[in-house]
Amino acid sequence: MSQAARQRSGNLPDINQRNADWYIDKLVQYLVFLSGISAIVLIVGIFVFVTIEGLGFLFEDFSFREFFLSPWWEPTDEDEPTYGILALMAGTASVTGLAMLVAIPFSLGSAIYVAEFASGKKREFLKVLIELLAAIPSVVWGFIGLSIMNPLIIDLFDVPVGLNILNAGIILGLMAAPIMTSISEDALKAVPDRYREAAEALGGTRWQVIYKTVLPAAKNGLLGGVLLGVGRGFGETMAVLMATGHAINIPGSVFDSVRALTATIAAELGETAVGSPHYQALFTIGIFLFSITFVINLSADLIVRGIRKS
Amino acid sequence: MSDTELIANPFLETDLNVSAKRTEKLFKILFMLMAGLLILPVLIILTTLVVKGGGMLSFDFLFTNPTNGMTEGGIFPALLGTVWLVGVALIISVPVGVAAAIYLSEYAADNWFTRSINLAIINLAGVPSIVHALFGVGAFVIFFGFGTSILAASMTLAVMTLPVVIVATRESLQAVPPAFREACWNMGATRWQTIRRVILPNSVSGILTGVILEVSRTTGETAPIMFTGAAFFIPVLPQSVFDQTMAMSLHLFVVSTQVPHVPEGLPYGVALVLIAMVLLMNSASIALRMYLRGKKKW
Repeated sequence: MSQAARQRSGNLPDINQRNADWYIDKLVQYLVFLSGISAIVLIVGIFVFVTIEGLGFLFEDFSFREFFLSPWWEPTDEDEPTYGILALMAGTASVTGLAMLVAIPFSLGSAIYVAEFASGKKREFLKVLIELLAAIPSVVWGFIGLSIMNPLIIDLFDVPVGLNILNAGIILGLMAAPIMTSISEDALKAVPDRYREAAEALGGTRWQVIYKTVLPAAKNGLLGGVLLGVGRGFGETMAVLMATGHAINIPGSVFDSVRALTATIAAELGETAVGSPHYQALFTIGIFLFSITFVINLSADLIVRGIRKS
Repeated sequence: MSDTELIANPFLETDLNVSAKRTEKLFKILFMLMAGLLILPVLIILTTLVVKGGGMLSFDFLFTNPTNGMTEGGIFPALLGTVWLVGVALIISVPVGVAAAIYLSEYAADNWFTRSINLAIINLAGVPSIVHALFGVGAFVIFFGFGTSILAASMTLAVMTLPVVIVATRESLQAVPPAFREACWNMGATRWQTIRRVILPNSVSGILTGVILEVSRTTGETAPIMFTGAAFFIPVLPQSVFDQTMAMSLHLFVVSTQVPHVPEGLPYGVALVLIAMVLLMNSASIALRMYLRGKKKW
């Protein structure tokens, strides 16, 4: 700073001085940055640690053909253990599929009602109820499947076992619906009001406005919500463990018991010795689950953001 | 109807008009029924839990040990264990989560790096809970050597619920108007002084809402703690974070699937206490949020 400038500034403090506050500010900036990248560190960490534990199996007993195409999951067989997850994938897919059949129409319908028809107090009330539904823990849902749905299904359909695809599918559908409802509602709310006003000015009724204007405009957001619901169903563990019947089976009807990928890990990890092929095979299923949900979440995000940009 | 009539009264109802209105009404009722059908089963379920489990509730049930192979007695160790697990998880996740939100809201530029952090947060929230459990086993139990302990289980829970804290905090930080920041900077305050004196005090209740939501989420989680620190049955209460503990969520799983000859009401009682804890905290969070929305001055 020149002599003249210093005189002009009088006794103002020198803004370039590095006092305690300056160092604290810098320190906080680094700490906050470290926390900021924690999500990235953790997501990489999850992949690395789960892979490390499953690595031994991937290099020794793993055969792509057996793992994905064999329906026999018999890791405890003493002579010749087989590690085929085909039946487990069929279990997960059938339960998630039925859950989506239940959840998609109901959550879309509820979202349209909440976002477009309901107003004021009624709307707030519904939103709070739906938010509370989303809070019910999965182990409680599993217990409901076990103790309430199970006898109900046996009575209604006259089948010997009520722990099956139907039971788990309905439970999972009810679990996923609240989340899908709130995401779909957000997607509908994101459609600008001038779209609705323009359509109404042309003489459209509420339903015509929704059907011809709002739904097409919110298409991507709704699809993103459905994908997130699929991801939820796919990764759900406790409810599926308790309500499916946990029998290895390629299902022929909704009254068959099945076993899901997630439930297999939850049921067997406690019984295996650390580092054994069985233990490592369970971690390999974990890698598979992680990869699938990663892809689902990523595409959901890309789809939702795609619409926001354009 | 002739053309002249139409011109004379353009607002006259036509057949097309009437049928369109009827369709509208039909769909409105259909969607209302759907919303109702989504809520109805849950109300029935909650009522069943209260009817069948309500009789179990007593002071003794909440504050004594389970006895006779968990077929009698109370749930105190599980209740206390859940408090331990959630408490330690909060101590870990709240500082990290709030700091991460401060970074994202106050420091981060809008570029590819910030976008990848946001993507990582979304993905972290979507990782299946059983994969979090595997991570907890691989990282905290084995690699860091915590063994199966409250510490390992709580860290797993903290990782799992971190996105909840980050997202809720970021939202309440961003709700503070930019003018507040600019006014503070103009006074010569550093970024940190601005955050500590102006932004955090103005968003603390919003952060609290997120934290309560996280507590409720953490309370109900089962899969992540099954192999990292929660045990089926431990007759002694935990003394430190390196002990194992019982937990409410796992206890419900155990008494409803693993223990033979459990009286019918017992699992209902456990489920009722668990769901009451979760829903109470969730309602508190919602109520706080609504109160704040009404109070907001700017």
